[in-house]
Amino acid sequence: MNITRRQMLILLPAAAVAWEAVLAGTPEASSNYKMSDHWWGMLIDIPKCIGCGNCVRACQTENDVPDGYFRTWVERYHRSDWRMTNPGVITANPLIDPEVISPDGGKEGFPVATDESGKYFFVPKMCNHCADSPCTQVCPVGATFISPDGVVLVDQKYCLGCAYCVQACPYGCRYIHPKKEVADKCTLCYHRITQGLTTACCEACPTGARQLVDLKDPKDPIHEFLKTHSVQVLKPQMATGAKLFYNDLDGSVR
Amino acid sequence: MNVFKDAGHLFRFAGLFVLAFLVFLVVRHYVVPKSFGEYGHYRGAAMGEIADHAAKFAGHDTCEACHSDVADKKSKGKHAHVNCEACHGALFQRLPNPEQPRPNLYKRFVALIIPPAPPDPPLLRHAEDPSSVKPEMPDTAVLCARCHTASAAKPKGFPQVVPADHSNGVPCLTCHQPHNPAIDAGGAK
Repeated sequence: MNITRRQMLILLPAAAVAWEAVLAGTPEASSNYKMSDHWWGMLIDIPKCIGCGNCVRACQTENDVPDGYFRTWVERYHRSDWRMTNPGVITANPLIDPEVISPDGGKEGFPVATDESGKYFFVPKMCNHCADSPCTQVCPVGATFISPDGVVLVDQKYCLGCAYCVQACPYGCRYIHPKKEVADKCTLCYHRITQGLTTACCEACPTGARQLVDLKDPKDPIHEFLKTHSVQVLKPQMATGAKLFYNDLDGSVR
Repeated sequence: MNVFKDAGHLFRFAGLFVLAFLVFLVVRHYVVPKSFGEYGHYRGAAMGEIADHAAKFAGHDTCEACHSDVADKKSKGKHAHVNCEACHGALFQRLPNPEQPRPNLYKRFVALIIPPAPPDPPLLRHAEDPSSVKPEMPDTAVLCARCHTASAAKPKGFPQVVPADHSNGVPCLTCHQPHNPAIDAGGAK
């Protein structure tokens, strides 16, 4: 291709303008999504969870979570009859009650339980998207933050991988990504909820034990649910403002 | 009396401070990202970047746009509230990265100055090209058992069976049609 000097002089400024557009970076989240209209959280209905592990697998697929690391996982609790009838009694090994298991995060389900005694239940866990989150407070570089719509996110271009936040999270919901070497955690499927979809774990849950809730939406059924059910958050004494609401949560869950 | 007599060294220092401050402002202008502080002590543009991640679960509305017959059948049965992708898996699947041809000399030179981001592996889209891309048929022996295998740990009201006793190894699909599992709803398709 032959380009004359005149053509070159015209093309160069045009290329410069185009390059500016390239450098301007990625566009904001979809334009008809207003962050100020939402305040996201999640409802977990313990009596509905069957421990199938669909949510764990869906999360791994959706978010390319490396094997052995979890943005969400499921724990199975077993409380013995003796413990439930003798609360507060100190035993030789108080740690065995409740018995908690989570083989590979519950990804492939749980071993069949044959012991009919006591009380079993499944507790799906994930980031609590705290409104006053300890993990964002300790970040020395401003790489993790609570977005204006109430989601705790990590800016992986800014993160140094110092892991302060991993230690600060009282719920153990963060890890250092083995390949990227930066903090990684549940984004509440931010790429989905900003497009009007629900999270991958909610989409894949067969029993509706997980429900994405928008606390700023007056029509969201969560408001009625919170009035009529016994709903708790994990570690309320830490005043994290957790927005992961558990229905019918047993007192032994930590 | 001239108070500024013998004060030249102070002015030189003050000048240095002003100069250093100007240098600081210039460096800061280039080093701090434009969107830092837009919403708080973080880079506002990060939210857009996180939101750009490609979704793999398309949502049941996407499936039902074409498969309305299945959606109708499903809405009448006990699996009405189970979303399509809970059993069939994500609609979009990640493929391994295809082998890239060696880039030409110019591209390799540019890559020295601006290292390119590794390309995202392509997504397989059944919704866009239904004839060539078919999702895998789930194996009912694994799929049904995952939820319905009897265990003392499961909620009492949830339908559960011991697979060996229940069917003697006969596949679930022989009697139950998964989209509407009740046997009187038609059994196997």
